[in-house]
Amino acid sequence: MFGIILVAPVVQLIFLGYAATLDLKFIRLAIYDQDNSRPSRELVKELEAGKIFYIEKYLSSYQELEESMQSGKILISIVIPQEYEQKLSRRETAHLQIIVNGSDGNAASIATGYISKFLSLYGQKYKVNLFEKSGMRPPPTGTIVAEPRVWFNPLLITRVYMVPSIVGLLLSIITLILTALAVVKEKEIGTYEQIIVTPVKPYQLILGKLIPFIILAYAAAMIALAAMWFIFEIPVKGSLSFLLISSFFYILSTLGLGLFVSTVSKTQQQAMMIAIFGVLLPMVYLSGFAFPLDNAPLFVQIVSYFIPLTYFFKVIRGVILQGNGFIELWDEALIMLLMGVIILIASAIRFRKKLD
Amino acid sequence: MTDSINRIGIIVVKEFRHLLRDVRMLAVLTFFPVFLLLMFGYAVNFDVDNVPIGIYDGDKSEFSRDMRSALTASGYFYESVQIASEDEIFEVINANRAKCVIIIPENFSSDYHKGKEAKLQYLINGTDGNSANIIQNYLTSFTAGYSNRLRTEILEAKGFSAYTPVDFRPIYWYNPELKSTKFLIPGLMAMILIMICVITVALSIVREKERGTMEQIEVSPVLSHELLIGKTIPYILLSLLSGIFILIAGFVLFSVEVKGSYLLLFISTILFISASTSLGIFVSVISDTQQVAFSIATFISMLPAVILSGFIFPLESTPVAVQVLSYITPAKYYIITLRSVILRGAGISAFWEQLLLLIAYTAIFLSLANIASKKKALKL
Repeated sequence: MFGIILVAPVVQLIFLGYAATLDLKFIRLAIYDQDNSRPSRELVKELEAGKIFYIEKYLSSYQELEESMQSGKILISIVIPQEYEQKLSRRETAHLQIIVNGSDGNAASIATGYISKFLSLYGQKYKVNLFEKSGMRPPPTGTIVAEPRVWFNPLLITRVYMVPSIVGLLLSIITLILTALAVVKEKEIGTYEQIIVTPVKPYQLILGKLIPFIILAYAAAMIALAAMWFIFEIPVKGSLSFLLISSFFYILSTLGLGLFVSTVSKTQQQAMMIAIFGVLLPMVYLSGFAFPLDNAPLFVQIVSYFIPLTYFFKVIRGVILQGNGFIELWDEALIMLLMGVIILIASAIRFRKKLD
Repeated sequence: MTDSINRIGIIVVKEFRHLLRDVRMLAVLTFFPVFLLLMFGYAVNFDVDNVPIGIYDGDKSEFSRDMRSALTASGYFYESVQIASEDEIFEVINANRAKCVIIIPENFSSDYHKGKEAKLQYLINGTDGNSANIIQNYLTSFTAGYSNRLRTEILEAKGFSAYTPVDFRPIYWYNPELKSTKFLIPGLMAMILIMICVITVALSIVREKERGTMEQIEVSPVLSHELLIGKTIPYILLSLLSGIFILIAGFVLFSVEVKGSYLLLFISTILFISASTSLGIFVSVISDTQQVAFSIATFISMLPAVILSGFIFPLESTPVAVQVLSYITPAKYYIITLRSVILRGAGISAFWEQLLLLIAYTAIFLSLANIASKKKALKL
């Protein structure tokens, strides 16, 4: 069991580190070239040259287009209209038909962005060629260029911001689910009654039950941090001690929630389901783990303020990636401490009542 | 034969009674899928708008002011902080008071008017990489567009005709508004079904071992495969019910309708449920306590189903090793099928391979379970 708990995190980290990417590395195209002229073929060749677009199929009818889109293997179909060459030579705008498989909205919009960038560059190049051929030179004008610089994750690699968050998730899973299960297990097996009749005070029982999980959670977190460092080369830039202290503040609430789950469930099966569906998943989705909160509906944003994990993610990302510490994040840590104490005490009281 | 069916029937009834008595469990299994759907529908959104930005305008000219107002007019950005000096820039990003700081250098307008490159610096906080990526893309394309527009205006004023040679308007099929929900519902169905089938099935069998009731069953005239079938049927029915709930909720709340054939949907769901259930049986054979069963079950079912199935992350862009690994989760095959049937209304030609893979998966895990149980010398 301990093996699973300690090895699983690292394996998960590796999985997620490599699999979690929302970028599109290449885009499968189908081309329906109705014009089949020199310029239209040139356009297709240019498309392929960039190595982002991969032409999977050449189509010869709209029916074929529909079928290949339906198969789901093609993200974008491009239809080059019959008058493509004519329009270009008349110096009019040639309109391409671009049909995007929208079922994956994120991929669809990224892919559209790539196409749009490609076509505007292509158009520019085409015009410059034209001017040069005709010997006309447009007067020089200034240009405005963007110099974007991304801080804390210059290459915008998904795992750089995903992996630290996973450390947070691991802590949540271990403390929440194991606490809930361990207590319910006693109920199920029937050893619960034995505990009630032993001369242990309720608070001693609660502490005794919780402390091993705190230690285990820290062990898992340290392993995950080490794996993060050695495998993915993401060091903790900020204050490690602040991270560890605020992790403790955070764990207070997940331990409390685990205890709470144990008071509302009778079997381990129930405890597991309630812990996963009722606590863990909502926490993950409403805390900004994978999806940005800024754009969520106001209601969701308000809910997110009441979720301890929201603050913990801020702390984790702040410390590990931005190099922050107590000065920048003391308020998040304080909120987590308050939330943790309230949740833990409330659950402990509920637990004690059940015990009595 | 009839005896066998009778015995299975008795176990089914017994297990059903167990389930029905467990109101909390039933509530969890029926209510939470809908709850998850709601969360996904409303909270999960990759779009970025209303981004807080800080602007440091070192140029302070009419030219730079025009550009700033064009930037904020788009509605994507709003100015959350005024930055008066360069020293503040780091502070603003580090304390997350703005996701991005735009620096307009001192000689911005003079460079431009001299026909040179006028540089706009964008400093973006990459801590939330996905948003940062979108923001960066937006800013570069805004800058290119703005620069082009200015250039066209200037050229036209000088009598040069300016036009765009190649243009396009994208048409989005199957999901014209590009809502993430539509894409996520099939994945969600797979997630919930695999969770019910693997975790609850494994646990319900292991529970008997843990409580020691397994021995009682062993001495009863019930054969081990009868026990397994009897124990899994209620869960299979329950997962089907859950699946129906999700479809109805998806239709009512997010107007995701099934475009293709219901028969194909049903067949593939049954195949997926059998694949997941056989995984659950395998887990139950190799674990002795519910805790272990749970850990193994989440580890080999839920995680791969979330990460490796293409549910959220596009598989095609992942390294080959990950793509190969992705075959370990039946959720991958099922999600491909569901997306074809539900979203695109495709026929069986688009996904028959997936159905075969599901059948193979079931066969493999049932035989693995069989081998493992013999090794463990359990009469299961």
